[in-house]
Amino acid sequence: MILDSKIPEGPLAEKWDKHKFNVKLVNPANKRKYDVIIVGTGLAGASAAASLAELGYNVKAFTYHDSPRRAHSIAAQGGINAAKNYQNDGDSVYRLFYDTIKGGDYRAREANVYRLAQVSVNIIDQCVAQGVPFAREYGGLLANRSFGGAQVSRTFYARGQTGQQLLLGAYSALSRQVAYGKVKLYTRSEMLDLVVVDGQARGIITRNLITGEIEQHAAHAVVLATGGYGNVFYLSTNAKYCNATAAWRAHKKGAFFANPCFTQIHPTCIPVSGDYQSKLTLMSESLRNDGRVWVPASKETAERLRKGEIRVSDIKEEDRDYFLERKYPAFGNLVPRDVASRNAKQMCDEGRGVGGSGLAVFLDFADVIKRNGAEWVSQKYGNLFDMYAKITGENPYEQPMRIYPAVHYTMGGLWVDYNLQTTIPGLYATGECNFSDHGANRLGASALMQGLADGYFVIPYTIGDYLAQTAPKPVTTEHPAFKEAEAEVHARVQKLMSINGTRTPADFHKALGHIMWEYCGMARNAEGLQHAKAEIQKLRREFWSDLKLTGTDQEMNQMLESAGRVADFLELGELMIDDAYNRNESCGGHFREEYQTPEGEALRDDENFTYVAAWQFNGENQPEILNKEELRFENVKLTQRSYK
Amino acid sequence: MAGSNPNAKPMNLTLKVWRQRNRNTAGSIVDYQVKDISPDMSFLEMLDVLNEDLLRQGEEPVAFDHDCREGICGSCNLFINGRAHGPEAGTTTCQLHMRKFSDGDTITIEPWRSAAFPVNKDLSVDRSAFDRIIQAGGYISINTGGTPDANEIPIPKDIADRAFEAATCIACGACVASCKNSSAMLFVSAKVSQLALLPQGHVERKTRVENMVAQMDKEGFGACSNIGSCAAECPVGISLENIAIMNREYINAKATSNNLA
Ligand SMILES: Cc1cc2nc3c(=O)[nH]c(=O)nc-3n(C[C@H](O)[C@H](O)[C@H](O)COP(=O)(O)OP(=O)(O)OC[C@H]3O[C@@H](n4cnc5c(N)ncnc54)[C@H](O)[C@@H]3O)c2cc1C
Ligand code: SF4
Ligand code: FES
Repeated sequence: MILDSKIPEGPLAEKWDKHKFNVKLVNPANKRKYDVIIVGTGLAGASAAASLAELGYNVKAFTYHDSPRRAHSIAAQGGINAAKNYQNDGDSVYRLFYDTIKGGDYRAREANVYRLAQVSVNIIDQCVAQGVPFAREYGGLLANRSFGGAQVSRTFYARGQTGQQLLLGAYSALSRQVAYGKVKLYTRSEMLDLVVVDGQARGIITRNLITGEIEQHAAHAVVLATGGYGNVFYLSTNAKYCNATAAWRAHKKGAFFANPCFTQIHPTCIPVSGDYQSKLTLMSESLRNDGRVWVPASKETAERLRKGEIRVSDIKEEDRDYFLERKYPAFGNLVPRDVASRNAKQMCDEGRGVGGSGLAVFLDFADVIKRNGAEWVSQKYGNLFDMYAKITGENPYEQPMRIYPAVHYTMGGLWVDYNLQTTIPGLYATGECNFSDHGANRLGASALMQGLADGYFVIPYTIGDYLAQTAPKPVTTEHPAFKEAEAEVHARVQKLMSINGTRTPADFHKALGHIMWEYCGMARNAEGLQHAKAEIQKLRREFWSDLKLTGTDQEMNQMLESAGRVADFLELGELMIDDAYNRNESCGGHFREEYQTPEGEALRDDENFTYVAAWQFNGENQPEILNKEELRFENVKLTQRSYK
Repeated sequence: MAGSNPNAKPMNLTLKVWRQRNRNTAGSIVDYQVKDISPDMSFLEMLDVLNEDLLRQGEEPVAFDHDCREGICGSCNLFINGRAHGPEAGTTTCQLHMRKFSDGDTITIEPWRSAAFPVNKDLSVDRSAFDRIIQAGGYISINTGGTPDANEIPIPKDIADRAFEAATCIACGACVASCKNSSAMLFVSAKVSQLALLPQGHVERKTRVENMVAQMDKEGFGACSNIGSCAAECPVGISLENIAIMNREYINAKATSNNLA
């Protein structure tokens, strides 16, 4: 199949304005005749729901949370980028565009990224008008900070709680439309399937998580804003409930899945402390400005430390290996995320890791404390040090932090064209759920920007274009496709409930996470990926014959919810492996050990892999079909990213 | 696998857990034993251990709400040994760790108790009343687009900082659960004062406070008798100052009401 990305003609800087002029409009009186379903009320979903309702459409918004305000977006810490150039330091729409394309290692679409940079400035205006309390300078104007991958200061923030404040802004706009009756809110309601009628998305099937009831909902168009799938690895910095079910169900109904193997692994997270570990917590990257990363120089010392025979302070300076400073004298501890992550893993693989499990390295602040004093450090990083102390019970002012890389974000997602429409007409995907803007690696503070750009400023135009070409006739759930989809969902729930085996959903999820992390994590190779594929297929068979659940499906049953999500992860995981196996190059977060420079840097193959891999479902247990969208770079020159 | 502290001793605990099938049935406390609990576990990870054990034994796991496990989403909400979010001040249930307990302890775990928060199942309660209060006026009535440049509205840093402090409420409901009157004043006042402090919120300040207070009363939350247990138990430190601001806003609004509703 030829993938048409529908990128408008014309110069880069004019594409979006031209497109906005060319799209068809729905006349104001007709808007109320259209129903739109939005699944997800995070930044991407809440902003879209509010904006579409304000325009006059009837919106039905769904979330499995008990309130829209609890979406995972709430947890974002660092900030949101925008090309405001308030600091007069040389920022511009073009520079934000360029940084994002380059940061993504040249695997994103130019036109989408340029539009993102363009509307970024409107986002900040919108949020301030809503009452989002961004950080300010003494003169009363907005403050900015710097983030990785940029040489300008363009990140807006609200202390370490930017995601929370932005989401509460979008939630307030959404709540206002609920009060007006323009948005009907369905909380604790999980989408379990998409309904396609005559090739067009026309509704969804949900399960009420309190009563267990399966329900049908119809609309003229469906938007998925259901977040990322990092939890396929079991342990990640994502919230516990983040999952791929909505996107995966849509994929199986015909929506292509793009670049599934592009995952971002963040180098500085609090390490796993035991088998019971349920999630991982991020420690801001900014800590690497002042902390020094090291492990014991010898395996023996590391082992004695792990056993508690010696203490950190017993290890002499010459017995410590500051491996980043040693291997990358130019960048030192500030090498890019992927390099820092891979090196930490390598040290632990060599048996030189620290902590009880041996899967951690030190991030040491002793030098800076000696140099500038504990008070200075506390001013700068106090909240992070406190959070670390609360979780680990250790005082990072007195002993080095233990850190380890963790899965953080998924650049891959549902394939969408320039209009954010998937390969199913009438089905749209926004926010982390789609693949569109970050290529093979996302820059910090750009996910919040993308979610809000999609919801406030892109979808309101592009969905109108589609609806204008759809008859404003009322939609109902009468078509047999609804009954069929409901029956499928029902059968699946019954199947899960009746296996009656011995292993819990978490048991399978952990086993899957282990396979994914080992073979499709920070470093991948063809042999390992093939092995992992077989392992996942085996695990999937075990899941469907040995799962244990209790209770019934006619009530709140959190283990049943979890089982359904794990079942989908078990399929998505295999596709991620296929994608990683297919991409015979290293780029951004995708590091194939076979493809590296002599210095161990990622080696892209622009000749053969400057494309988006868009996978097409082809029947249960059948290999998926690979479709390629060639990426054309007309404005930036492709260069090898250098870390030296 | 050993924990981060190789010398930390695992604990055995007795749990007294509220079990309730659904909103319409009566509940009761049931005793459970959990063994080999690492002091490095979070409280919710300890409950995960209990639930995995229960499921393997063919029993029904305990339902409880959680998600981010980082203290920010406001989902977790356990009443532990008679205190909202447990014994550690300024901490949500998910950030509470087992090193705060000792081997042999008995721990009582109950849901939030308030007529306005009916129990869904076991420890999970329905807090949608909070959403309805926000829907009654917890916003600034502007549409997407057409807003002025963000720097056209300078806001003094101290005002912006105070608005931010009020805006950090995570809507967990601990204030309600800790109040003998089940009052939601701290929650409501946090939003009212955030928007009353900011110039963008001034246009609607009168109708906002009146409508939100009316909805709060309608939801069945109790009156405030100024005891302050709400602020004492709030995990993010929302201050009582907000209640004072809200009272002022309310009196002012009532005196000069332009609320036609
Ligand atoms: C710890 C952490 C810190 C971060 N910090 C930053 C940062 O500083 N800057 C930045 O730019 N980015 C950051 N990110 C990334 C960013 O937070 C996310 O990418 C972004 O918030 C995703 O928003 P979203 O709206 O796409 O999805 P989410 O916020 O995840 O929302 C998903 C929504 O979909 C709903 N949903 C999902 N599936 C279903 C279903 N089947 N049925 C019904 N509802 C469903 C959920 O209930 C939820 O409402 C961070 C991420 C993490 C993990
Ligand atoms: S005011 Fe505090 S205790 Fe009350 S809901 Fe908000 S965060 Fe929770
Ligand atoms: S689980 Fe999110 S605040 Fe506790």
